[in-house]
Amino acid sequence: MAGPVSRTTQVAGPQTQVGQLANSSLPAAGLQHAEKNWLERIPASYWIVGVLLLIMPLFASDFVLYQIFGWTFILGLIALSLMFLGGYGGMVSMAQMTTAGLAGYLIAILGDSAITTISQGWPWYVTIPIALIITALFASAIGWLAVRTDGIYTIMITLAIAAAFFYFARQNYEVFNGFSGFNSVHPPALFGVDWRAATPFYYLTLFWAVVAYLAVLYLSRAPFGLALQGVRDNPRRMAALGYSVTAHRVAAYTVASIPAGIGGILLTWQSAQISPGTVGIGPSIDILVVAVIGGLGHPIGAFIGAFIYVLLKTFSTDVLIALGLSGERFRLLIGLGFLAIVFFSPDGVLGLWKKFRRWQHRDPFASSQSGKDLT
Amino acid sequence: MREYASKNPWQATILGFIGILLLWMIFALWPAWLIDLIGKKKIFLNALFNGITLGGLYFLVASGFTLIFGLMRNVNLAHGSLYLLGGYVGFYVAEWTGYWLLAFPAAFIVVGFVGALMQIFVFRRMEGQDLRQTLVTIGLSIVFADLMLWSFGGDFFNISPPAWLSGPVETFFTTGVKRSSGELIFLKYPKVRLVIFAASVVVGVLIWLVLNRTRAGMLIRAGVDDRDMLSASGARIQLVFLGVFVFGAGLAGIAGVVGGTFQSVAPGEDIRFLLASLVVVIVGGMGSISGAALGALIVGLAEQFGSVYFPTYAVVLTFLIMVVVLAFRPQGLMGTD
Repeated sequence: MAGPVSRTTQVAGPQTQVGQLANSSLPAAGLQHAEKNWLERIPASYWIVGVLLLIMPLFASDFVLYQIFGWTFILGLIALSLMFLGGYGGMVSMAQMTTAGLAGYLIAILGDSAITTISQGWPWYVTIPIALIITALFASAIGWLAVRTDGIYTIMITLAIAAAFFYFARQNYEVFNGFSGFNSVHPPALFGVDWRAATPFYYLTLFWAVVAYLAVLYLSRAPFGLALQGVRDNPRRMAALGYSVTAHRVAAYTVASIPAGIGGILLTWQSAQISPGTVGIGPSIDILVVAVIGGLGHPIGAFIGAFIYVLLKTFSTDVLIALGLSGERFRLLIGLGFLAIVFFSPDGVLGLWKKFRRWQHRDPFASSQSGKDLT
Repeated sequence: MREYASKNPWQATILGFIGILLLWMIFALWPAWLIDLIGKKKIFLNALFNGITLGGLYFLVASGFTLIFGLMRNVNLAHGSLYLLGGYVGFYVAEWTGYWLLAFPAAFIVVGFVGALMQIFVFRRMEGQDLRQTLVTIGLSIVFADLMLWSFGGDFFNISPPAWLSGPVETFFTTGVKRSSGELIFLKYPKVRLVIFAASVVVGVLIWLVLNRTRAGMLIRAGVDDRDMLSASGARIQLVFLGVFVFGAGLAGIAGVVGGTFQSVAPGEDIRFLLASLVVVIVGGMGSISGAALGALIVGLAEQFGSVYFPTYAVVLTFLIMVVVLAFRPQGLMGTD
């Protein structure tokens, strides 16, 4: 888990300098522990969380596994792609749900669904790679459009693109089946397992969430990730050093489309359907809310934010009714929570946690200062 | 204009040709082959008029948005919520008092007041933090949308114009010839839309005059160019910010009344008009009033002609225009840098 960390921080050449420029505390932390076995350097908290997640099916109900944790990991994957773009690339994209939704749509269009007139019925080992490749190309095109202007424009342009995709999917009946979308989109029965059953689906989503999390963690310290953080902090200096700013930014969109695409496919399988409502403006904003509540500073923030969001969405009705309010005020609760986070802790829940830890003692693994503050 | 023509002779020729063609299509009686090709002239003229008047409405919404952005670098994603609030306020004021005209100042004052609160209590506290301000506006739009849904419900409201404005007016544009008598048929068009369009043109001209001919406008333009230098030279920049924010929000409120008269006030309209203003300012150029006017006209026309001639993809057409503009002129048609 932490093995690549120490190695990539020692790369020669300009990357090292960039790394120090982007997050100065990181190389020191890596070198300090380089002589230890990488297994020993995983903090205790990671072991506890890891074991807990692995044995979860022993004591959690199917509802908790499928609806709460399955959904958390899926939303976390999509929010992770936004965290990668926003935290390391400094580009807050509202089109990540669109990217995820396209992958979900492609699975339904190329694979099996109840709409047999459109669905091609290809096997999963063809549809999934093709879906991810097309999604990556689409995301690169979005990126190419969005990086033509920078800063705060990105959010507007990507929001407009997300809206365009939503309207297009709703109007197009030949390929996207318009308003009703696709239903009965099931995962393939691989190894004779019913992947829609609670426990297998839980492990499936957990697996991809962990893979994507580790991949983003690795990438953030690999040369590409360091260069991207350099572009975020000072594009002019990076351009002067010979890096192509535009290429790095567009590539960031391409890379970020992969976890989003996987999340989109899993989301389609979880609810067994995909429709324009899945990729609407509301869901796109929700992904931003999830990422910001968790914190854009570290990949784990995406999953923390997703967990909080899912808990709120699932249980807010009961809580609101218990408080004597109407159960429909979920959006109000989410909005107020989001406002409070943006006001008091721009780094999300992680920022609050960091403040607490700094006050307590210094943590060897989570001490990176990476990720741009929202200031 | 002459300078433009001498710089880009080809573009100017093509634009001039398109202009003449358009004038001919508006004023001439259409020959039969043209009617066979794209349908009746009445449909074309109606789409043209609807597009232009819709453009006027979009201009009212987007001009406040672009003013606020130009001066404060604040992408106010709660602008659609301000529009919707204006619509609700206008509806209730018009309903209670019975005076449609009273809805406009009421909406301006109430929504402007909300804008003032936002500026004083929220944005002033996080000045210069673009992304954080934008995130706050997203949060506010979620909260506003739910509060409005809570208090006004999910019904459609329609603000009805007064009697002296309702009904059609006969214009001097011909749509065809009566077969029996050979008389010319003239286009009939709703009076209220024409009046509102004229009003939005007046508003646009007034904004332009204030920006370019008064001391306050000078302060605002200086702020757009260099905010720090303006405050260093002793101008009370917070007052300028507050004024612009209140005015921009108030315009959105007025636009809400107009939109409620044209169409209807309902949940979801906030997002629709937010997106419309986003596309308008991206196409026209950020922070430019003339850009907002041009962008609003283009988007309004594209939407109306799209819904007449390619009904399935009308909404997509607007976004296609945005993508083309972004690809070839990322700063917008009237953008400066």
